[in-house]
Amino acid sequence: MVRSDRNNVGSGRAADQRWVRPAVWGLMLAGSLAVSGRAQMPESLVGRPAPGFSLESVQHTRVELEQYRGKVVLLNFWATWCGPCKVEMPRFMEWQKEYGARGLQVIGVSIDDSAAPARALVEKLHLNYPVVMGDAKLGERYGGVLGVPVTFLIDRAGSVRARFDGEEHLAAEEREVREMLGLPGH
Amino acid sequence: MRKRSVLWRGMAPAVLLAATTCAVVQGQSAATIPQAVLVQPAALHRKLEAHPHAALILQVGSRTLFDEDHIVGAEYAGPGSRPEGQQALRARVAGLPRTREIVLYCGCCPWRKCPNIAPAWELLHGMGFMRVRVLYIAQNFGADWVAQGYGAERSQ
Repeated sequence: MVRSDRNNVGSGRAADQRWVRPAVWGLMLAGSLAVSGRAQMPESLVGRPAPGFSLESVQHTRVELEQYRGKVVLLNFWATWCGPCKVEMPRFMEWQKEYGARGLQVIGVSIDDSAAPARALVEKLHLNYPVVMGDAKLGERYGGVLGVPVTFLIDRAGSVRARFDGEEHLAAEEREVREMLGLPGH
Repeated sequence: MRKRSVLWRGMAPAVLLAATTCAVVQGQSAATIPQAVLVQPAALHRKLEAHPHAALILQVGSRTLFDEDHIVGAEYAGPGSRPEGQQALRARVAGLPRTREIVLYCGCCPWRKCPNIAPAWELLHGMGFMRVRVLYIAQNFGADWVAQGYGAERSQ
């Protein structure tokens, strides 16, 4: 791609394109960040079916993603050593309480290296949604989870609607959840 | 007057404890790592392209994240914030000359929230290693390294 542009040096049209293309890409990137607040991680899963899984939760229940078809699922990858994750979790509990009857299901995926610290935190916070233990393979299937928090929103048909990387996206996430549930904006 | 002095005497241990706790927590923040030892991802990438084995690269964060993707040639050395991680890191570098170039990285969370990187750096610094660099990862390893195309591999 770069070589092709270099070969076109001298052509007025190509010279224009050299400016236009980066500008368009820049505007698109800035636009997508401004609108959604999503970071620059790949969004390859957005618009595609969410990878299924069947795992036992740290609360000792079986969690199959498929069983939540028809609901809006907020799938949150987190870890006990992640400060921003622990800021988000109480809000997810509130949303589960507030929007659960409207069709929201929050599911946590801990990427702690063992279940013990995750279970301890779940019990301490009295979490009102299930938490399963994730691993490298599940992270890969979700397009790469290489840092937390990462949150996916999955629509009632089972397709990934959005991916949020990092902290400070709670307002955007709630906005999107409400929209997916068919609720008016705040 | 007497009441006030009793009150102060009662509060003193709590104030001291709070101050100590605060100092400990601050001591573990990535923000305490000297700027001079930080290396930006692009710079490390260039260095590794030119000299792939110049430095020992150690990931001091999550095993799960390491297994999913890590810098090519890097080794996992345990979570820097936990005693078992510090023990593993100490054991890994124990026999190395103090002049060995070592690059530490984590990338589990945004830089200022990372619990692992500062304790790991402090440990090696305290052991007398003179050429320790710390990879500055602003957001996380995925966004600042993998998504930049700097090359990564998963565990076998």
